[in-house]
Amino acid sequence: MSFTVRKDARGVVVIGVDGQLIVGNRHELKQKVLDAIEAGDRKVLIDFTNTGYIDSSGLGALVSLSKKLRDAGGDLRLAGLNEDLRTLFELTKLDTLFSIADSPEQALASF
Amino acid sequence: MTPPHGLGARSGAERGERAVEISLRVPTDLEIVEEAVDLLARHCLASGLPPHTARFNLRVVLAEALANAIIYGNRLDPEKSVDVRVVVSRTGLTVNVCDQGDGFDPSGVPDPTEPDRLELACGRGLFLIRKLVDEVRFNERGNAICMVLRRA
Repeated sequence: MSFTVRKDARGVVVIGVDGQLIVGNRHELKQKVLDAIEAGDRKVLIDFTNTGYIDSSGLGALVSLSKKLRDAGGDLRLAGLNEDLRTLFELTKLDTLFSIADSPEQALASF
Repeated sequence: MTPPHGLGARSGAERGERAVEISLRVPTDLEIVEEAVDLLARHCLASGLPPHTARFNLRVVLAEALANAIIYGNRLDPEKSVDVRVVVSRTGLTVNVCDQGDGFDPSGVPDPTEPDRLELACGRGLFLIRKLVDEVRFNERGNAICMVLRRA
């Protein structure tokens, strides 16, 4: 369970979630995004290509991070959700709240 | 990290029926939820549940129920613990999660998909559990949840 952080050529901060995004590690993700905002970054992509599952705490963390970035004039986008993860967003209607791309490449092109 | 303790499995032969029971006592520690979910889910791989249900639904609802028990039930009190009992039978899987809190009224939990609640950071756990299992029951006190996942 870990997060990888990189910045693409156009300045989008890409955070990869390896494993799970759940109650035990959501604060670590929040801190990484808050650090990026603090450093002046405003475009953040969270890549779920290597993520097995997300719990409601993880969903809640994404909701609050999205709001924080919006308030700072930025944008949080998501990519790489498998069918199960997409179902979680659909069940909770959070698919209406987030910009979700099929792949990180598509998401980066959309910023 | 202190590992979850108290794992025990009894074969169905001991009890004269085709069921396996797994018991786990989980400390009140959010850091341990992932390990506990992994341990329980791996023991349920041969439960006869559809692979997708065992791989995804079971893990999500275990994580939700444990987090609720630790945060809202035991209120993060490290002196308390959460008891998990999984019974694998011919019909499916029954998961009981019991905390040492005062309990709550599940009928009073609002719908997190209402437009005015959509941007709240919490309140989706029980909703997801209800969506991802076949049946949910609570004890009268409201400190124990029973989740049923059927094989078919």
